[in-house]
Amino acid sequence: MNYVLDFTPVLDGLPDLLVGCLGTLLLALGGMAIAIVIGIGGVVLRDSRYKAVRWAVKGFVELIRNTPFLVQIYFIYFALPLAGMRLDPTPTAILALGINGGAYAIEIIRGGVQSISRGQVEAGLALGLHKGLVFRLIVLKPALRAVFPSLASQFILLTLTTSVASAISAFELTSVAQRIESESFRSFEVFGTITLLYLGISWLMMSFFSTISARFFSYPVK
Amino acid sequence: MTKHAVLAGAATTEPMIVMAAVEKWYGGFRALADINLTVRRGERIVLCGPSGSGKSTLIRCINHLEAYQKGEIRVGGTRLGDDGRSIEAVRREVGMVFQHFNLFPHMTVLENCMLAPMRALKLGRREAEATARGLLERVRILEQADKYPAQLSGGQQQRVAIARALCMRPSVMLFDEPTSALDPEMVKEVLDTMIALAGEGMTMICVTHEMGFARQVADRVIFMAEGSIVEEAPPDTFFTQPRHERTRKFLGEILRPH
Ligand SMILES: Nc1ncnc2c1ncn2[C@@H]1O[C@H](COP(=O)(O)OP(=O)(O)OP(=O)(O)O)[C@@H](O)[C@H]1O
Ligand SMILES: [Mg+2]
Repeated sequence: MNYVLDFTPVLDGLPDLLVGCLGTLLLALGGMAIAIVIGIGGVVLRDSRYKAVRWAVKGFVELIRNTPFLVQIYFIYFALPLAGMRLDPTPTAILALGINGGAYAIEIIRGGVQSISRGQVEAGLALGLHKGLVFRLIVLKPALRAVFPSLASQFILLTLTTSVASAISAFELTSVAQRIESESFRSFEVFGTITLLYLGISWLMMSFFSTISARFFSYPVK
Repeated sequence: MTKHAVLAGAATTEPMIVMAAVEKWYGGFRALADINLTVRRGERIVLCGPSGSGKSTLIRCINHLEAYQKGEIRVGGTRLGDDGRSIEAVRREVGMVFQHFNLFPHMTVLENCMLAPMRALKLGRREAEATARGLLERVRILEQADKYPAQLSGGQQQRVAIARALCMRPSVMLFDEPTSALDPEMVKEVLDTMIALAGEGMTMICVTHEMGFARQVADRVIFMAEGSIVEEAPPDTFFTQPRHERTRKFLGEILRPH
């Protein structure tokens, strides 16, 4: 092999790549925020007293978890305008990531809620709190704590999945890399570099999650 | 007041809880059959009976943790129906203490005690905290106010659970085997707390097999079997002259020295 490494295009593009990292973080954090809202809301609706609502949630989870994310993001990108909503690629990507992550979050958080003993709920009800408050104040936090490691790894996955958003030219690291690569043909150098950058982003996310865990879920348990 | 004077018949004639012809079904299984029971304000009832006889079911119907299908339950002036309004009204009047304490693990002792007064009674933080501290003091555990439940012993947790229920200023307290999950050396501290509460005139229904407690504080002991009330009598009569064979057999089993 006589491939000669040349990092000049990567170095020239480094500021762009770093801004791309910020784009990736924006997609990931935005997607996670939507996912956590969908996850918690979905768990509540999943136990609605209306059958139609319960089935809608189940159907949503099935649909999202059994179809490719790339297809989902294309679908949202091209279907929304038909419904009269024009969104730019980046907000579209955040929405798609949130919807996708939300479906997984519903299943994970639901497991956490089911792990909370009936006695906790009964104690809350017996104290005169209504069902909604019991869920919000008594069940939710221990439930999230119970599944936090699964939720965190799902969100790391979501962070890495942001690279798929390059397919609709959302602004993030992979699309920046593709542009530099197509201008310089330095594929190995470019993708090698962003591999390391993604690794760094993942580590950053992990330390973000441990901070959250230490801040909110550090109460002692038996 | 001496302990004896306090414990001898503080009950009034005002009915606090009335259960009339109550039936409770789990699917095709009848867990409560024709329960008729009137508990007067200030009265202390001990409920006993073999496992599966419906003791928990009975007291859980009173605060509607279980729905009942026939008959009527009244608590104070409220008729307990299936509507959220009457259920919430009753639950504010009725405190409950569980076998497994059921403290909220993510809240400190103080927060456990302040939650319901603030959220259900809409008390301000300051007022809720003052009430909570006062009651934690009364169950002699105020110094643990900032700890989490997992950092306390079973007996301490149960005393916190009692204080937490009392923070709602209930007129009735229900106890479902409050000492049976405790190590023997912690039973006394919880029973002493309950005895003190009885001394203050609280209306109480206690499911327990602590017969010493029954002798000391109960106005009436009620014996259940197979979903029915078999026998009820003041403790003296209940322990010395049980009328029914079932009761004698049960007393023989639980009073037999181990
Ligand atoms: N959720 C339920 N579904 C079906 N059956 C139930 C349910 N809860 C209780 N039962 C049945 O109802 C009967 C009364 O139960 P309950 O818990 O009231 O008894 P108990 O007297 O409190 O017994 P223990 O001393 O064991 O606590 C039992 O036969 C029990 O199996
Ligand atoms: Mg029981």
